[in-house]
Amino acid sequence: MEPLCYIAEDGSIGGERPGDELPFGPDELAHGYRAIVRARIFDERAMTLQRQGKLGVYPPYRGQEAAQVGAVLALGRNDWLVPTYRDTGAAITHGLPLAQAILYWRADPAGWRFPEGLRLLPFYIPIATQLLHAVGVASAGRHLGEDWVALTFIGDGGSSEGDFHEALNFAAVFDAPMVLVAENNGWAISVPTQKQMRNPRIAERAAGYGIPGVAVDGNDLAAVWHVTRQAVDRARAGGGPTLVEAVTYRVGPHTSSDDPSRYRPAADARPWEARDPVVRLRLALTSMGAWDEEREAALVAEVKEEFQAAVAEADAAPEPRPEEMMEQVFASMTPDARHAWEVLKHG
Amino acid sequence: MVEAAGAPAPSAEARQLTMVKAIGEALDQALAEDPRVLLFGEDVGMGGVFRVSDGLRDKHGEVRVFDTPLAEAGIVGYGIGLALAGMRPVAEIQFAGFLYPALDQILSHLGRYRHRSRGRFTVPMVVRAPYGGGVHTPEQHADSPEAVLAHVPGVKVVIPSDPFRAKGLLTAAIRDPDPVFFLEAIKLYRSVKAEVPAEPYALELGRARVVREGEAATLVCYGGMVEVCRTAAEVAAREGVELEIVDLETLVPFDADTVLASVEKTGRVVVVHEARKIGGFGAEVAARIAEDAIWSLEAPVLRVAGWDAPYPPFSAIEHHYRPDARRVLAAVRQVLAA
Repeated sequence: MEPLCYIAEDGSIGGERPGDELPFGPDELAHGYRAIVRARIFDERAMTLQRQGKLGVYPPYRGQEAAQVGAVLALGRNDWLVPTYRDTGAAITHGLPLAQAILYWRADPAGWRFPEGLRLLPFYIPIATQLLHAVGVASAGRHLGEDWVALTFIGDGGSSEGDFHEALNFAAVFDAPMVLVAENNGWAISVPTQKQMRNPRIAERAAGYGIPGVAVDGNDLAAVWHVTRQAVDRARAGGGPTLVEAVTYRVGPHTSSDDPSRYRPAADARPWEARDPVVRLRLALTSMGAWDEEREAALVAEVKEEFQAAVAEADAAPEPRPEEMMEQVFASMTPDARHAWEVLKHG
Repeated sequence: MVEAAGAPAPSAEARQLTMVKAIGEALDQALAEDPRVLLFGEDVGMGGVFRVSDGLRDKHGEVRVFDTPLAEAGIVGYGIGLALAGMRPVAEIQFAGFLYPALDQILSHLGRYRHRSRGRFTVPMVVRAPYGGGVHTPEQHADSPEAVLAHVPGVKVVIPSDPFRAKGLLTAAIRDPDPVFFLEAIKLYRSVKAEVPAEPYALELGRARVVREGEAATLVCYGGMVEVCRTAAEVAAREGVELEIVDLETLVPFDADTVLASVEKTGRVVVVHEARKIGGFGAEVAARIAEDAIWSLEAPVLRVAGWDAPYPPFSAIEHHYRPDARRVLAAVRQVLAA
């Protein structure tokens, strides 16, 4: 199964399959480009904040912006997103305010309550557990008479977990309106894909569950967006779940605490710099006459301004209170929890 | 008056029901009362291996009462997702000893969701599981993992000791805004009957209750061990020794006040449970007594529990593992002699 591609590395349109026509007009693609640039700048700035000691441990997603943003562009406001820790780019595209994303990765409780009405579950640290929740969320819509779809992500590493299997099987058996996007970024921290699985084409596992599986070039926003949109439409129409594999590459470290030079040569990442999802889309848009340097400068300035405002907003959040840790364990505090709350508050 | 508050007035329609029937009735009424309630698990559709959900799929439809694939992490994880999006899932794990594949979901998510989302997302879910031995089940079918569950922040643990309490506590658990483990002693499923009102009723979670009053010593127990302690107390009474029995019912939240009040009254305590002794919930009870009521004690707190070995899959000798009245009375004699 060859990954579907519309926009080649050099920005030329047509893709690897003859006859593939670009399923988006220039305006739609420009909309996607704005989102991907916003995700890129957030990630770069977040790493800078981390190095300044203003974020906790941060897992960057550089190189995976098209996989995340392209998939989320296929969702409506009514749809759910169930992200892993790597998916901040997806979360902010689905509507998580930047200030909240900053506070979340600052490990400030002010950032951990996502806004009402935003159908976004918190980032998942344990691997693959979120997939089962996405199936449950998807099925809940059917019980409640809602037509929502749940989209969730996994990495290549996470595809080894038992929950990956259980979730796909549950989703298939229950015809859940769920889309699972596997961001195959080549690495489970330090372990390359070829040491994790015999068959590196994760999408082919879909056949075992009797559901569609599609591989796409995960650095081509148009391909990811299009394939995910088809999967979301099919799920909404009652056609059940889809496994999408976005073939991409983790250009940066696993987290801000990781040093990839300990386990992979720099040459391994080099070909992927030429496949950069942001540059590729900009080249395509430019060749279509839908983008130019003026628009680029305006967009970058706009996003940087948004980020600066978000940092200011995050910095203005109230100091965390020690007793907050005793709040929201249960709906009402137990007597023992109340006692601990008092101790933490008053010493 | 030894019954805790919360029991409904005697009803003309009260019948003698087994635990299985009382729990089934609570599920039936919860399904009727709240369209968000869903019932699922392995073989639940045909009534479950203990027939607890007999007839419920026919009555409420296969959309709301359904079988899942055979995967416990899947059952709990799927239920969490349903709950996050507004449903009231009631999952059955076929035996508590089969719960372990789901421990990641339980430890990482079930009790943590309200906390990590600062109340934005909650998991009003019930996980039911038959537990404990005494009925010659095959290997792995007789475990008592309540201490494992009680150690997870953010989940409640309820273990009823008779049909009347079971119906009311399960109804409360399903209506509760937070996740609840509801462990049902297999030994009690059909061996005891009690008067159970036909109408729905809820009993408050988080309250221990004194089920027998006495002055000589306190037996602290729950679930299948309450019956064992009652038998021990009857034997002791024939010798003029009146034992008090505290049925914890809810391990989390732990009602320390009721336990401590009884300790202050009797000064002598035996904690009884079927799970192994080391790290068992009895250790928590004993530690709490040591922290808050040690000056009331006339004797060391003793524990009668399963031995520190796996529950034996050897039917002919399993009754030596599970505490019985004889072992409880031996401990009582020890605390009385101190």
